[in-house]
Amino acid sequence: MSPVIDVTGLTYRYEDGTEALRGIDFHLDPGECVAVLGANGSGKTTFVLHLNGLLTASSGAVTVCGMDVTKSNLPEIRQRVGLVFQDSDAQLFMPTVIEDVMFGPLNQGLSQTEAQRRALLALEQTGIAKLAQKAPYHLSSGEKRRAALAGILAMDPEVLVLDEPTTFLDPPGQRDLRDLLKALPQAKLIVTHDIPFARALASRAVFFDSGQVAAEGPVEEIIHRFDWEFR
Amino acid sequence: MHHVILERWSRIDSPIHRRDARIKLFASLVFLVVVATTPPLAWRCFAVYSITLLIATLIARLPATELLSRAALVLPFCAVFGATTWWIGDHARAIGLVEKAFLSAWTALWLAGTTALPRLLKAAEWFGVPRLLILVIQFLYRYLFVLSGQAQHMRLAAACRAGAVGASRALFRAAAGALAVLFARSYQRADGIHRAMQSRGFTGAFPAVALGRLNFADAAFLTLAVVPIVTVRFL
Amino acid sequence: MHIPDGFLSTPAWVALDAAAIPAIGWITRRAQSEVEESRIPLLGVMGAFVFAAQMINFPVAPGTSNHLVGGALLAYALGPWAASLVMVAILAIQAFVFQDGGIMALGANTINMALAGVWAAWIPYKRFGASRAGIFVGASLSVMVSGCLALTELLISGVPLPAALVGMTTGVFCVSAIIEGAITVAVLQAIERINPGWVRRPSGDRSRVKGLLVSAAIILAVFGVLIASAAPDGLERLAERAGIAQQATTVYKTALADYEITGLNSPWLRKATAGIAGLAGIYVACLVLGAFIRRPSRVESPFPSAAIGERAT
Repeated sequence: MSPVIDVTGLTYRYEDGTEALRGIDFHLDPGECVAVLGANGSGKTTFVLHLNGLLTASSGAVTVCGMDVTKSNLPEIRQRVGLVFQDSDAQLFMPTVIEDVMFGPLNQGLSQTEAQRRALLALEQTGIAKLAQKAPYHLSSGEKRRAALAGILAMDPEVLVLDEPTTFLDPPGQRDLRDLLKALPQAKLIVTHDIPFARALASRAVFFDSGQVAAEGPVEEIIHRFDWEFR
Repeated sequence: MHHVILERWSRIDSPIHRRDARIKLFASLVFLVVVATTPPLAWRCFAVYSITLLIATLIARLPATELLSRAALVLPFCAVFGATTWWIGDHARAIGLVEKAFLSAWTALWLAGTTALPRLLKAAEWFGVPRLLILVIQFLYRYLFVLSGQAQHMRLAAACRAGAVGASRALFRAAAGALAVLFARSYQRADGIHRAMQSRGFTGAFPAVALGRLNFADAAFLTLAVVPIVTVRFL
Repeated sequence: MHIPDGFLSTPAWVALDAAAIPAIGWITRRAQSEVEESRIPLLGVMGAFVFAAQMINFPVAPGTSNHLVGGALLAYALGPWAASLVMVAILAIQAFVFQDGGIMALGANTINMALAGVWAAWIPYKRFGASRAGIFVGASLSVMVSGCLALTELLISGVPLPAALVGMTTGVFCVSAIIEGAITVAVLQAIERINPGWVRRPSGDRSRVKGLLVSAAIILAVFGVLIASAAPDGLERLAERAGIAQQATTVYKTALADYEITGLNSPWLRKATAGIAGLAGIYVACLVLGAFIRRPSRVESPFPSAAIGERAT
């Protein structure tokens, strides 16, 4: 089976010339869950922003579901790659949860009724259907995270990319999110510092260092090799 | 905090809460115009206005004492002008200042307490308020309390480090620094929102959500709210 | 500075609401042509920022502190049209959610703060060329103009304020204005330190002399109207001495002769009309000034539109 995400030789340079990413090669297979580990500033988030075209590569290629990521097919790319940001408050920008979850489907051109149906379904999937009419400000961190995820699921993506999803979550929240993600069939890419979380979900890990992929392999092996655990 | 209380009130279930936002907004505006154009010493009129508001408050199951004490917060400011005006001899105007400002605050609280802001904004848009303005207000309200919370934290943090007698100059610059940080974070958050919008396929225009249809109960409410006050005003 | 309901006379708030409605439509159209819909969240967030910023206290003297009003800062961060739009949004939230300022008085507060306040900040800033002097003068004038206009509207409405109180209130406005200037300069300098090169200088012809002239014109206009509203009889006496009074009264009487409404010839209405005409005059003057200054170059927002948070991990 062809990879859902295929990245070759990805380089990204800031305006002042400093290289944030230096030749990244990466692939993600259907149904797979990969953890992206690395120090702060190593380029993890910058890398992830290329996967749905928010950033344009200086050189190299990014292919999603067989399509090259270019300016002309961004709507299709963004339907297939669902990005859940670290800051849930920036992601939930509509006045109520249901309106926010409907945002994606409505932008895809669906009718009000269809968008609402999808939104309610996504809210059921994430277990927060009762919060539909609430304002995002009143949700807990865990609920916000799930609402953000619902907003992505309502678009029916093939890949889920999550940037530091356990930030601000208490242990029960972390457990709920883990269980929720385990049940989802989409391929997943999780940028995280949360090692137990990575262990529980990912089959493979990629280690970023100074804008390059330093190593790739089974999660346990990578953690061990880079001593990437708090003890 | 004030807004939290208002949001809680707007979630109460009552015959009034279930009425269309457009009707409530229109009724409130008619009410305010009538109050504003009433001569200050028309006691009968003001009695009817107050009773109407009180009935509307009670049917909406809003906590009357708490609502009235919040409306009374406008009084200190008005009292200053009222006292000056009274002392000069214009008693009518002095009374007018206070009673009209109070009724206006009460009406605003009633409206905010019976209508969630997103619905109120849609009603305003239906009445012709430009969509761009509605969207700006919507986003402002959404992030108002997030940023206020941040500012609150900064204030506390600064207070923890302020000495008993601080050099005013240094504290001034510290406050400016705090504002600059708040500004930068706000700008970055706006960037984050922009990215989130684009990630979910933002096409260049915000999707509009439709309002429901008006029904008989809405019409009944409007009539009951407006007819008594207009009658007493012009008869 | 926020006028509550019940303070303005009916002709005053009706006229100001009537003026504000097309004004808001105009602001929206101008903002729309300069701001893409994708920037709307930024405008909202900036409005929220002003609210939040008002919670931070600036020590002014032992025991007293002040806070930022923010019209000028918005103008320098977003450009004048977007800033006016955000100010309208702020005023709406303040009136409906926080009962700060009346709802019928929204027209008056809009004209005072969202229009006059923002433009009084922008015009000198543009003329001075975004220097510290320009920022200080602009921010000060913004507060000064909004406050004096509010005071004027109260006087026109017939709120009997003794001269001493008017003088004292104006004095308070002056002090607040200077503080606003100082705070705005300090905050913009701090922002510049965080991210150098953010504040771009508006292009176009600029000179300190023109800046001072424009600022002086604004101050004179506002104080002129304020004094006129406080002592309109003085203006009549002046007109009599100049010999204009006769013709003016005839014109006035003939124009209104066909209207048999009682009370229309009252001196109160004359004062109200004069005051409102004065306000309209300032309004028009600002429009003309604004158009005149805009001619050489397009008004550019001093801040880059996006890509600030891109240096992510």
